[in-house]
Amino acid sequence: MALALEGSQALARTVALCRPQVVAAYPITPQTHIVEGIAKLVADGKLACEMVSVESEHSAASVALGAAVAGSRAYTASASQGILLMAEVLYDIAGLRIPLVMTCANRALSGPLNIWNDQQDSMSMRDSGWIQLYCATNQEAVDTTVQAFRIAERCELPVMVCVDGFTLTHTLEPLELPTAEQVDGFLPTYSFRHGLDPSDPRSLGTLVGPEHFTEVRHAHHQALMQAQAEIEQADADWAAVVGRHCGGLLEVRGDPDARLGILTLGSVLGTLEDAMDADPELPRARFIKLRSYRPFPAEALRKACEGLDHLIVLERALSPGSGGIVGPEVLTALVEMAEPPRVHNYAAGLGGRDLALDLYAKLTQAVLGAERPREFAIIDADLEMLPESDR
Amino acid sequence: MLEIRIHGRGGQGNVVAAYLLAAAAIDGGRYAQAFPAFGAERRGAPVAAFVRIDEQPIRRRCQVREPTFLIVQDPALMEVPGTLSGLQAGGTVLVDGAEAGVDDSGDNEIVSIPATRLAMEHIGRPVPNTALLAAFITLTELMPLSGLIDALSERFKGPVLEKNRALVEAAAETVEAGRWREVAHGVGA
Repeated sequence: MALALEGSQALARTVALCRPQVVAAYPITPQTHIVEGIAKLVADGKLACEMVSVESEHSAASVALGAAVAGSRAYTASASQGILLMAEVLYDIAGLRIPLVMTCANRALSGPLNIWNDQQDSMSMRDSGWIQLYCATNQEAVDTTVQAFRIAERCELPVMVCVDGFTLTHTLEPLELPTAEQVDGFLPTYSFRHGLDPSDPRSLGTLVGPEHFTEVRHAHHQALMQAQAEIEQADADWAAVVGRHCGGLLEVRGDPDARLGILTLGSVLGTLEDAMDADPELPRARFIKLRSYRPFPAEALRKACEGLDHLIVLERALSPGSGGIVGPEVLTALVEMAEPPRVHNYAAGLGGRDLALDLYAKLTQAVLGAERPREFAIIDADLEMLPESDR
Repeated sequence: MLEIRIHGRGGQGNVVAAYLLAAAAIDGGRYAQAFPAFGAERRGAPVAAFVRIDEQPIRRRCQVREPTFLIVQDPALMEVPGTLSGLQAGGTVLVDGAEAGVDDSGDNEIVSIPATRLAMEHIGRPVPNTALLAAFITLTELMPLSGLIDALSERFKGPVLEKNRALVEAAAETVEAGRWREVAHGVGA
């Protein structure tokens, strides 16, 4: 039966069902509700887990790292500036191939100071070597969280579950939570073959010189590329348990015959789908929900783009001075197609700007009939607010 | 789809009101969604929250710009630009006030109830949200009042729950049951 739950409370209960043995976190809006919920379950004696309150996000990530290496299933959550403060340790966790899971409750980065939703925080960790899975709904966030532990532990890679802050985390809606039996049957007891064991002493994280570092990096890259199969398998296997898919690496939705595609990450998808269905006068679109951003599923993406004339890549972050972040990667992946679509790259919804139903018309009107891609643009920017020199 | 916008001030339980209403709808077998408009989170600042109720799963996640109903927790907010923004033709407003009353002189009917006063009498705190919800559910008959009591029982227990129950019953009596039933059912909810 569906329960009326706020996204973050549902995530707290889902993480608890995964039986983490150590959770370390420093509270930061909007993930606070998640770790608060877990802390309450621990305090109420409903979850056997060590909840470590730390003095910074750097320490939160460090505690999670240490706990996972010492043989505990570990979890943390953060967002925004917290992710930046964790950055050093996040690279360590990935480079040392440590399986743990964190939720990123996606949020803008300062400055100027802004507490609201966009995806600049997780995008800033794109190259850290973590698996990144983006969730379009709270139900996907619940199901992806369970899958993430299995993917992490099988691939020996950390997984960041990216959930739009506020837009998902603070929305109450009907959600199906799995049962303890379902999760227990899906997730084996935690084990990490490179963990530290006093009876078989060894070191982790020691100096690696030029004679080996390159190969370590190569192996890390290969592990991420190969994780694609595990991400798809975890989704298929979990769907066999609960009857719900999250879309594997990516999911094609909307009108399969449309010549116009729109690629999205995260929770904007439903608004665009509603906008298209509400107005039959508007052009039809095939939606590509990119769930796995790292590893980047180039082959699956090419297949999803077959038959498209135009592809809009819509992002909630940007690389100032260049343009989009995901857009250029999509373009690179599609170069190998015999007839690739024209790729148009836009950002929108930065720092919590509301993405309204009219976004769909705005996007489709911007590209249809275009002979070649227009320049990257923040499509919902109101240039009238700016002096002439900044437009 | 039925869209509702709740206006209030920080500290008045705006988000809680939205969550309670959506939870009552979900428990009644409908789909619903509730979320706040995030702003400066400080006491007294004007804030808003949104509720959608439908028979179908709700996909959109944008803010509610053209609500059918407004619930306004502080009458002074009726004068603030933006409160009445986008209210649909035929849509209605439920507002906290000194006395119970109906103003149907304008394009949008306004029903007032003494929500804060009732809250003071029953729970001893000047928080109008629960009384307004009880009145709203009575006016629209979107669900039985017991749905609201059930949602409250997720948050309160024992004597506090009983006081809230009495508050719900008293607030429900201040309005005409089913007065907005047609409005609520005219938009697919």
